[in-house]
Amino acid sequence: MTTATTPIPVTDLAVKASGVGKIFPTKAGEVTALTDVELEVAAGEFVSLIGPSGCGKSTLLRLIADLDQATSGELTIFGKPARRARIDQDYGIAFQQSGLLPWRTVGDNIALPLELHRVGKAARAARVAELTELVGLTEFADRYPDQLSGGMQQRVAIARSLAARPKLLLMDEPFGALDEMTREYLQGELTRIAAETGAAVVFVTHSIPEAVFLSDRVVVMSPRPGRITDVIVTELGDVRDESLRETPAYFEKVTAVREALHGTKVERANER
Amino acid sequence: MTSIEPGTAVRRQARSARGWITAGWGVLGVLVVLLLWEAYKFLGPAEGVTIGAVDGESGSGVMILPRTHDRAMPHIWDMVGRLFEPTSGGSTPPLFVSVISAALVTLGIAAVGWLIGVLVGGLLGLLMQRWKLVEWGLLPWIVLSQIIPLIAFAPVVNAIGNQIDRSGTPWPQWLSVAVIASYLAFFPVAIGVLKGLEAPDRIHLDLMRSYAAGYWPTLRSLRLPASVPYLLPALRLAAANAVLGAVVAEVSIGMRGGIGRMLIQLAGQASSDPAAPWGPTFGSIVLGLIAAGSVAIIGLTLSRYRRGEATA
Repeated sequence: MTTATTPIPVTDLAVKASGVGKIFPTKAGEVTALTDVELEVAAGEFVSLIGPSGCGKSTLLRLIADLDQATSGELTIFGKPARRARIDQDYGIAFQQSGLLPWRTVGDNIALPLELHRVGKAARAARVAELTELVGLTEFADRYPDQLSGGMQQRVAIARSLAARPKLLLMDEPFGALDEMTREYLQGELTRIAAETGAAVVFVTHSIPEAVFLSDRVVVMSPRPGRITDVIVTELGDVRDESLRETPAYFEKVTAVREALHGTKVERANER
Repeated sequence: MTSIEPGTAVRRQARSARGWITAGWGVLGVLVVLLLWEAYKFLGPAEGVTIGAVDGESGSGVMILPRTHDRAMPHIWDMVGRLFEPTSGGSTPPLFVSVISAALVTLGIAAVGWLIGVLVGGLLGLLMQRWKLVEWGLLPWIVLSQIIPLIAFAPVVNAIGNQIDRSGTPWPQWLSVAVIASYLAFFPVAIGVLKGLEAPDRIHLDLMRSYAAGYWPTLRSLRLPASVPYLLPALRLAAANAVLGAVVAEVSIGMRGGIGRMLIQLAGQASSDPAAPWGPTFGSIVLGLIAAGSVAIIGLTLSRYRRGEATA
């Protein structure tokens, strides 16, 4: 009788894409942005999408978010169609620009998704307090976005994406506009936040070190037409701190991703 | 010497200094106009300069410089002095009292016209933003509507108003004036609301979509707040237009009691009392300033929606 007590998971997959394609109609004819994408992201897994401009990595993210619709193939989020998942608030999203509303304070910005879904005032305040603490901005809850640095604004945007406790985070180059120091610091913060919330993350970037440092798997994409060409498992373990950036295993994976991106083995100086 | 705390105190000082400098420039501008008036009156020929005049034929030729004698260009101190003399001789109240009471009548009508204009303009802006088809169909007509001269349009409104009044529904004449004023006021509001509601960035619209927020929540939480920087100048323009419209409408449909009518009446007596029409002229200038200033007060209450706007 033990089988009855075991909960059967609806699905262990946060994202499942099979044969997904996207064609944009333009004046000059149809442009194939994505073709035949096969991708599975497990619950709690951190997956980066990397590739040159025009490889469709952002398009894929927008399809998962149901901000655009796939023209072919099947895309499910936690076993549901993307549209249903969006309506159910199954994911949180952050972009390269923080996209904070300038007339709302930090706290009110974080509370916006909750407000739109009629969460009570007290519950909202409690959640905002939790989230400002999570991203280290407790003292800044009453400030306005224009009073914050770019890195702080991006932390607010991440806090806001977590407001509805989504089990999936979608991030489109969230650190792309930041300086290197802030960027590395926030990468460390993001791995901690992702581990604490247990959310799966789909992370679009064009930085190889960033992708390797953050991810369990790096999905390499290539343009014309946008498609997945390689998937590299980093196997760097659960602890991602600054010392990881100095380890041979890390360098090895950076090289592997670089080679996958270039399509050929990169010649090293001492091997020439 | 007191030590100045860096930050807020210094900033506040700088801001108040900037305020005084701005006010100073404003006063200087007015003084320059007054000075130019008196300087030309002093230097210019009394009968002006006319070219191509035929002898013995009055009104012939083209006047290129205006007359400067006291009937054409009274001294500024005469205009000011006239304000304190009886309006039309005898024991009538001083001119400035008549001007103020007439200005208040016009201000009230203009306010009603402004309100109608804001409501209609706002509604049109909303509809045009919601449905592109409405924008394509409506916007050219809205622009076209502003080409029709008010003088031609006012008597039509008045006639319709009279007809409604006769058929039983009371329609006072001032309501016609207000409707004509609103005809000028709605235009900037319609355009401002349309532009303002379309102001949010793509990223904000994407976010609202990701929150599964429909039209109304998006309107309330994003589009309306984002439209404020576009809305305020539109409301200010509408206020100035409403005053202008009310004054012109009063004149063209002959409504009594307002400042437009007073202006025409005193201008008709200008040859014997040249300083008098300047009273209601100043009155209508002040009226426009009050109307535009009242909108600035609305702007202060909405200052939080104007963050990130350049401080001008």
